[in-house]
Amino acid sequence: MIAVGAEAPDFTLRNEDGEEVSLADYRGRKVLLVFYPMDFSPVCSDQLSIYQEVKPELTEKGVELVGISVDHPHAHKAFQEKLGIDTTLLADFEPKGEVARAYGSYIEGAGIANRTLVLVDEDGKVAWTYESPTPGEFPGANVIFDGLPS
Amino acid sequence: MDLSSAPIPPVGPDDHVRGTGEGVLVVYADLGCPHCAGAWQRLVAAEERQIVFRHFPVASKHPRAPALHMAAEAAGAQGRFFELVDSLYADRGRVDDPHLWERAERLGLELERFEAERRSEAARLRVRRDFESGIRAGVTGTPALFPAP
Repeated sequence: MIAVGAEAPDFTLRNEDGEEVSLADYRGRKVLLVFYPMDFSPVCSDQLSIYQEVKPELTEKGVELVGISVDHPHAHKAFQEKLGIDTTLLADFEPKGEVARAYGSYIEGAGIANRTLVLVDEDGKVAWTYESPTPGEFPGANVIFDGLPS
Repeated sequence: MDLSSAPIPPVGPDDHVRGTGEGVLVVYADLGCPHCAGAWQRLVAAEERQIVFRHFPVASKHPRAPALHMAAEAAGAQGRFFELVDSLYADRGRVDDPHLWERAERLGLELERFEAERRSEAARLRVRRDFESGIRAGVTGTPALFPAP
């Protein structure tokens, strides 16, 4: 897992609409990177649905929410539509899992990222992280708010 | 709004409480959730405890859920909260507005009042209050059960 205080590795990935999005685009704002295993899995569906419900409160605190998995942008689009969410979903698709690896979230052999939260501050530094014990469980939204500066 | 971790709030006078048994179970439930509908039948069948119903609608999963929870609040204002909850869980396929009006009529609710109150800010805030307390307690899915603090 990437260390708190480290420079967050920059990346450029495609979102659900196939548009390129870079971490640098968020410079000057806080962004919460939500690494998750895969679109359409039951736990990922619950996780992103719950986080969607607290997006207004995250926005109030100046935090942007971004999901990242190894799925293709087309899968992200379908997943977003199925869940009825508008959270940006980025495709760590090719080279597969490269960004998850850079953040220490990739599970070698499983081909997926673990369920990991990384808060990147306005200066592009890692401000807080959380890693689930297993991909089968996800941190409640309260855990995110616990990790935000008060 | 602070959504950081906190235990569930103690049972208060405006909680929706059903039953008279000694044990008290707090249930965070989504009126659009099939798992909740299944669990609800079993929960209410156990007569040895009280059930406290708290709202936890997850709109992105169940788009009608917020409207159903506000309708339950409006029914509650006329003393029929659990009757509407039972009705919604017993028949999950008919939850559009005309179906809500039918249900309200069957329950003997004053329809105009029900209509106004189910769309009111007070109902929205009441539902949201429960939802936020569930978030703070770490609820990640429904139904979520807690022993009453």
